[in-house]
Amino acid sequence: MNEATLTYYPSRDFKANARAALADSNLRQSFRGAMDFLMGKRAAQFPDAHELAELRKLGESIRQKSLARLPELLERLEAKLNENGVTVHWAETTEEANAIIHGLIAAKGGKLAVKGKSMVSEETELNHYLEARGVTAIESDMGEYIVQLAGEKPSHIIMPAIHKTRADIAKLFSEHIPDTPYTEDVDALIQIGRQALRQMYVTADVGVSGVNFAIAETGTLCLVENEGNGRMCTTVPDMHIAITGIEKVIEKLADVVPLYSLLTRSATGQPVTTYFNMISSPRREGEMDGPREVHLVLLDNGRSQAYSDEQLRKTLQCIRCGACMNHCPVYTRIGGHAYGTVYPGPIGQIISPHMLGLENTVDLPTASSLCGACGEVCPVKIPIPEMLMRLREESVRDPHEKVAHPLRGQGAGVDREVKLAWRLWSGVYSKPGAYRFFGWAATRLRGLTPRHQLGWTQNHVPMKPAPKTLHELMRERRKETAR
Amino acid sequence: MSARDTILGKLRAAPRSAPVEADVAAYYAGTEKLVGLTALKHWAALMRAVRTEVLWVRESDWPQTLAEEVATRGVRTLLLAPSTAHGARAAAALAELAEPPLRLGFDRPIDGWKATLFNTVDAAFTRVRAGIALTGSLIAWPGQDEPRTMSLVPPIHFALFDTRTLHPDFFSAMSTENWAAGMPTNALLISGPSKTSDIQQTVAYGAHGPRELVVLAVVPDDIDLADLEADA
Ligand code: SF4
Repeated sequence: MNEATLTYYPSRDFKANARAALADSNLRQSFRGAMDFLMGKRAAQFPDAHELAELRKLGESIRQKSLARLPELLERLEAKLNENGVTVHWAETTEEANAIIHGLIAAKGGKLAVKGKSMVSEETELNHYLEARGVTAIESDMGEYIVQLAGEKPSHIIMPAIHKTRADIAKLFSEHIPDTPYTEDVDALIQIGRQALRQMYVTADVGVSGVNFAIAETGTLCLVENEGNGRMCTTVPDMHIAITGIEKVIEKLADVVPLYSLLTRSATGQPVTTYFNMISSPRREGEMDGPREVHLVLLDNGRSQAYSDEQLRKTLQCIRCGACMNHCPVYTRIGGHAYGTVYPGPIGQIISPHMLGLENTVDLPTASSLCGACGEVCPVKIPIPEMLMRLREESVRDPHEKVAHPLRGQGAGVDREVKLAWRLWSGVYSKPGAYRFFGWAATRLRGLTPRHQLGWTQNHVPMKPAPKTLHELMRERRKETAR
Repeated sequence: MSARDTILGKLRAAPRSAPVEADVAAYYAGTEKLVGLTALKHWAALMRAVRTEVLWVRESDWPQTLAEEVATRGVRTLLLAPSTAHGARAAAALAELAEPPLRLGFDRPIDGWKATLFNTVDAAFTRVRAGIALTGSLIAWPGQDEPRTMSLVPPIHFALFDTRTLHPDFFSAMSTENWAAGMPTNALLISGPSKTSDIQQTVAYGAHGPRELVVLAVVPDDIDLADLEADA
């Protein structure tokens, strides 16, 4: 694996990536098929519109209630976890989070880490960080394992290898796993993956996982999964390190029930996942298994910036179900890698600017038709289109303008030519004399209209002024009726 | 300043949002509850939909059924908890088999025998705490006698489930049993054997954990077993 393939490229390359993805008909076809499948499965889980509406309302209020008290809940979570014997660490940046995790592993002399699925550890590029320091980190979720073998990154937050065909995976396994024949049989491929990973659990010094919900009331870390690899990573090695964003805390144990239901049904259209794992402490006196040490790393990485503004705070309500991407017409056509960020699709478009700054993500909020599908399916009712509009506004705000909650990269989208065009436009439209002259000149000189008009004429006929202005037409009509 | 103080400081400096109400109990009080035979049938249908084998048994005869299933599957090494009443009954029934499996107890910490557990144990037998009708789930609270890896590592998991403990939904289970008062090291919902859809959305079982989940669902004598399969 080389460094280049593992490091995310800044999404200022988004337009070029999107063009390349659009030209790849295989990719478009496989994403289209997969998204149609997931949309159908989700719809089948919510046959009762009233139930869905009520459940979404409840989910939204639980997330908003938790965020309203976020600092208190984080402290409560920490106190409760400490009481349960779990150590809590805080990290402002991805670098800090990685250093904490590496420090814990190094203190044990650890050499091998098995990882459950964790998007936050993708944010921090933990595998790469550990690898560079002599610790091998193996992804154990089948999809993550596949993309790791390919030296790639996940293209979907729930189905990391959704961009890969069965033949791609057959080839990968036969090339990378010793003594493995080429087979496209899915059951056989899964058994090959199972065998390859099984011994890792036995020998690993540490298990790393993400967290779906952290419950302040009881100090419980919840993990949602189908495969059992998450349970393996959090049970078999002697040390378990969980990493999560600071927004994942919820207040009460009971709050998890509707959120879990919304998550599984929205994500993969399952009534529940195979496992819902609730971890509250390390191995207790007399217990025969489970890690002797459990650590939780709480990561900020731009989340407190989103939090500091009441409108943008809603971004943090996300429970990472991926439904918004499954339903997004843009994501469906370009796939996850084109975004260049850990979180692709609509959720990525609203969270990545906080993590990477608008200077690196300026095109993302514009990559939307604002059709509203993302906001409509979001189980916790995040008004994603509104957020996109707000981020577009921030990206063209004067970088020097003083605002209550400046965003990193404010004004990154300011374009001198566009700015000049708007200034001229507003000058013309705010003075009646100038407006009349402009209308007269535009209609009379319509023959000079260029045939190529930037991106517009890629898919549309050129815009051309009418032969007469509306005012002229109205004047003529009045004259005719007066006659 | 520590990262903790900086993060909390930033969060505290942010404007407070208006208080929000979220009454989970009121929501679940308003949902329809599955009860009785309907609940049990619904639970079984959902569990079977994810390739769980549900066997209806009586309190008097489940050890016999377990022994038959163990024999049918050719289990050679089985993990159980002989110190528990159900573990002792299971062990006794298994000993009666023509070719009884090797019966191991989880009597020492995992650290010394991880490789054996992973490589030589074919199946484990545990009791589950309760069930959930709405989603077709089992609730497990692994503990000293039946540790966490028993329901995870061996390829076959035999679970003993007293159907009288079936709750209508997750919320009812949690509130009736007052979980918030004290959670165990690990609590777990299990719905089927381990699976994945990571290869072209095709479901495959036995991804990492058990490939087979066999539930011995103990039904009280006043329920006719034939009724459980009627219109199922
Ligand atoms: S924004 Fe909403 S729909 Fe998208 S991943 Fe988050 S919770 Fe799911």
